[in-house]
Amino acid sequence: MRYTLNTPLSKDILKKLRAGDEVRINGVVYTARDAAHKCLVEMLQQKEKLPFDIKGQVIYYVGPCPAKPGKVIGSAGPTTSGRMDIYTPLLIGEGLAGMIGKGLRSKEVVEFMMKHGAVYFGAIGGAGALMAKHIVYQEIVAFPELGPEALRKIEVVDFPVFVVIDSYGNNLYEIGRKRYKVM
Amino acid sequence: MRFIDTSLIIDTVENLCITANYNLNQDILDALKKNLTAEESNVGIHIIEKIIENADLARTEGVAICQDTGMAVVFVEIGQDIHISGGSITEAINEGVRRGYKRGFLRDSVVRDPIERVNTGDNTPAVIHYDIVEGDKIKITVAPKGFGSENMSALKMLKPADGIEEVKKFIIETVDNAGPNPCPPIIVGVGIGGTMEKAASLAKKALIRPINKRSSIEYVKNLEIELLDKINRLGIGPMGLGGRITALAVNVEVFPTHIAGLPVAVNISCYATRHAEAVL
Repeated sequence: MRYTLNTPLSKDILKKLRAGDEVRINGVVYTARDAAHKCLVEMLQQKEKLPFDIKGQVIYYVGPCPAKPGKVIGSAGPTTSGRMDIYTPLLIGEGLAGMIGKGLRSKEVVEFMMKHGAVYFGAIGGAGALMAKHIVYQEIVAFPELGPEALRKIEVVDFPVFVVIDSYGNNLYEIGRKRYKVM
Repeated sequence: MRFIDTSLIIDTVENLCITANYNLNQDILDALKKNLTAEESNVGIHIIEKIIENADLARTEGVAICQDTGMAVVFVEIGQDIHISGGSITEAINEGVRRGYKRGFLRDSVVRDPIERVNTGDNTPAVIHYDIVEGDKIKITVAPKGFGSENMSALKMLKPADGIEEVKKFIIETVDNAGPNPCPPIIVGVGIGGTMEKAASLAKKALIRPINKRSSIEYVKNLEIELLDKINRLGIGPMGLGGRITALAVNVEVFPTHIAGLPVAVNISCYATRHAEAVL
């Protein structure tokens, strides 16, 4: 199936999505990688309020290149999601609805996704120049000292992703691999 | 005796950082285009088309192919009849990286200390491999290395009795475990022999060999072909979403080793394996 979705994502929409679906995302998305995740989780552990409303939101795992003059953002493709696995369950528990990245997720992350109805989207790794074309706005929301790892609010238009792991635990990496394995 | 001033080294490295990050090399583009017909998965074909489109866009617009503009790995072959004037060559290379990453709007991806993890703000220091060779020239290769693939690399100290079968098994297992993480279709650099660090540096060096060039050693050439075939049977496919094209090439380098040893290093690199070189 093909869907065009607007953020924040509703529970109904999340339930409809299945591994393998092609999705175009529109609206506000937050960017964060390892260092920003560590800061967010520390804030939660200290009972502080997060720098953005995470409910129904999508986090894009990316550390963009600096923007050239006249451009919104530099190359901005996905980073490997697995490095965020240790922090992710807590954020899903807080209401995080979607994640955009690339690569495998831990069993624990998938369990939390199923429990809370969250979805993991995959973007094409190493296609940073193309991805940047779909980003029309960016601002740093928190942790500016982290440079490329700062937490950013970005606005995306027709941002191309696949549903890799849906809220039922179906996993496109496993399905796709089985189909083409010759051993 | 030839004299080369460090100012020329700074300028050269600066330009190479930008060239390498903006331009996907022709051998890789050719392999991607060739594999469009070999890929059976529609999603896989779509992904290969998109990464070719991305490379064209990066080249024409003058932006980084990938936002992970890497840690700058620099291979320097210095002719022994050269004298470098005007200061330290290592400082010159780092200054070139500093300028190149700033002028090219490339990402600063280096932290000062592996534990304290504060960004250095200029992508230095580079990882530099010096080699003293005959002659009066300097060859500099800048190979920005992304860490999605670097993190999936592995090294194993096998026993001589393990032989070639265990070597193959370890290489294929490493790629299998990496799955979708290193942005396939990947390029696999392998170093066999030497000591622990020699095997690792051979594997890294294997990645700057053009992927359309097989080893000149007959058994190594056959090993490269066989490993590529086996890896492409794993089903991982472009970006790990399933397909025939998991790797574009396997480049193997070998070196003499100890009577008790068989070190094997597997350095995985994404489709955007970048390197640019200049001879001074």
